[in-house]
Amino acid sequence: MTTSAVACRAPGLPARGGVGLKPEHFREILVDRPNIGFFEVHAENYMVDGGPFHHYLGRIRANHCLSIHGVGLSIGSESPLDEQHLNRLAHLLDRYQPESFSEHLAWASHGGVFLNDLLPVPYHAETLARVCAHVSQVQDRLKRRMLLENPATYVEFAASTMTEADFITEVVRRTGCGLLLDVNNVHVACVNHHRDPLAYISSLPLDAVGQIHLAGFARDTDAAGDPLLIDSHGSPVAQAVWDLYACTLDLLGPTPTLIERDNDIPAFPVLLAEAHQAEAIMAAVKTRRPQEIAA
Amino acid sequence: MSHHQAFADSLLAMPPACPPGLTVWNRSDPARRFAVYRNNVMVSLIDALADTFPVTQALVGEEFFRGMAGVFARAHPPRSPVMAHYGDGFPGFIEDFQPAASLPYLAGVARIEMLRVQACHASDADPIPPERFARLLSDPARLPTVRFMLHPSLRILISTHAVVSLWAAHQEDDIGSALAAVDAAQPESALVLRAGLEVETYLVKAGTAAFVQRLQAARSLGDAAEQALAADPSFELSDALGLLLRCGAITGLVP
Repeated sequence: MTTSAVACRAPGLPARGGVGLKPEHFREILVDRPNIGFFEVHAENYMVDGGPFHHYLGRIRANHCLSIHGVGLSIGSESPLDEQHLNRLAHLLDRYQPESFSEHLAWASHGGVFLNDLLPVPYHAETLARVCAHVSQVQDRLKRRMLLENPATYVEFAASTMTEADFITEVVRRTGCGLLLDVNNVHVACVNHHRDPLAYISSLPLDAVGQIHLAGFARDTDAAGDPLLIDSHGSPVAQAVWDLYACTLDLLGPTPTLIERDNDIPAFPVLLAEAHQAEAIMAAVKTRRPQEIAA
Repeated sequence: MSHHQAFADSLLAMPPACPPGLTVWNRSDPARRFAVYRNNVMVSLIDALADTFPVTQALVGEEFFRGMAGVFARAHPPRSPVMAHYGDGFPGFIEDFQPAASLPYLAGVARIEMLRVQACHASDADPIPPERFARLLSDPARLPTVRFMLHPSLRILISTHAVVSLWAAHQEDDIGSALAAVDAAQPESALVLRAGLEVETYLVKAGTAAFVQRLQAARSLGDAAEQALAADPSFELSDALGLLLRCGAITGLVP
């Protein structure tokens, strides 16, 4: 597609819809060259020496914009960052030159064990200093600005002395990193912790948002019978999240938006349709607020 | 104890535990919410093993497999964020896993599956150009001393059970009939290799397996053939070389 090719020459992701790239869809995407804003991959899945993953990613990347999204750097870790992992990441980014790199405000490794989940961080001065040092270390090593993703969480900590939004605001201010605003995570965390999602989003440094994530969640209940939403990435984007996304775009203007799906992966056209749905909402925002977008 | 140590320990603990210092807006029991993290960790690790070992799972059934994988995951959680190779210790674990002792071939089938994943992600390399190999064959005096460069994905497995046939039966449409035809007590050897993008699994004779293992240890063609013949009097060098060439296992000659 000419539009994708043109968009890819510009720095950064285009303000369009994108989809997570899954091995199930490699061949179809390579043959069909779908009209899509960008693809996103999990960095760790491509930290292998050779074979089909690199074969397909190399060819698909030549046709499309790319976001590389890390899930294993453990930026919220109590221990120093894994230098070996950082080197692998630098090598991968060097190879594919993605338009965007992002990671999570979370931890996953401790004591040499990788727990394969995005675990929550308490918000206080000590963790703030540590997260900032880690984000700066990543940006220095990778020689680029990273986007930090707000987490979906199920518990809070007695040790926290700051709100999550204040914590993120301070990380962005001190490190100059950007923000990956996961609107599904906002919805999940705000339901789980009884907060107002729009107030949360409004209190973030929205100038720093470089990308949005949308995904599906699962429903559960806590010990008191109150709703407990789980960030499962296993279903279509929920209406409540689409609504929150539209309100978010009213504040942000058109923003690169990824449809995340990691479980129960449907046929590619189903995901593409969700990406196009995001683009339709972006287009509506554009018409509604021409001055703000131009500014 | 550090905050993360308590949290990490509670994630994997049996019976279920909950770390101190968690709060919930409605003052409900945080253990119920912490269980989401416990579940995420265990399900993701067990799912990763199920992805790598589908035939192993088919042989024991999903419920048994997930139970066995859970015991493994608690005892041997990943040490690296690169999950592609998680489970390389699983076949060895299965070998000593008492509840699976009635299936003595299970660990061998799991080994084939792990080798296939390793082969899938191994470095790329092109097969030796046919004319280069033809030149080598035209110089019989040099042949015994030649040493081959082999494809990085090449793996050999020697088993006391019919693990290749058991694995192959699960690739058939009618798995039941295919399995019924397998004598699990027969020793078998496998050659696993990624040719292009596809991982192939070949049933090979004991001599061929010994031959390739010798070549992998950087021994000369003559030495490897001698060892292969000692291991298996029916070993035919031309057959073994023919297979290696056909499947793209030879990528060059060591200068």
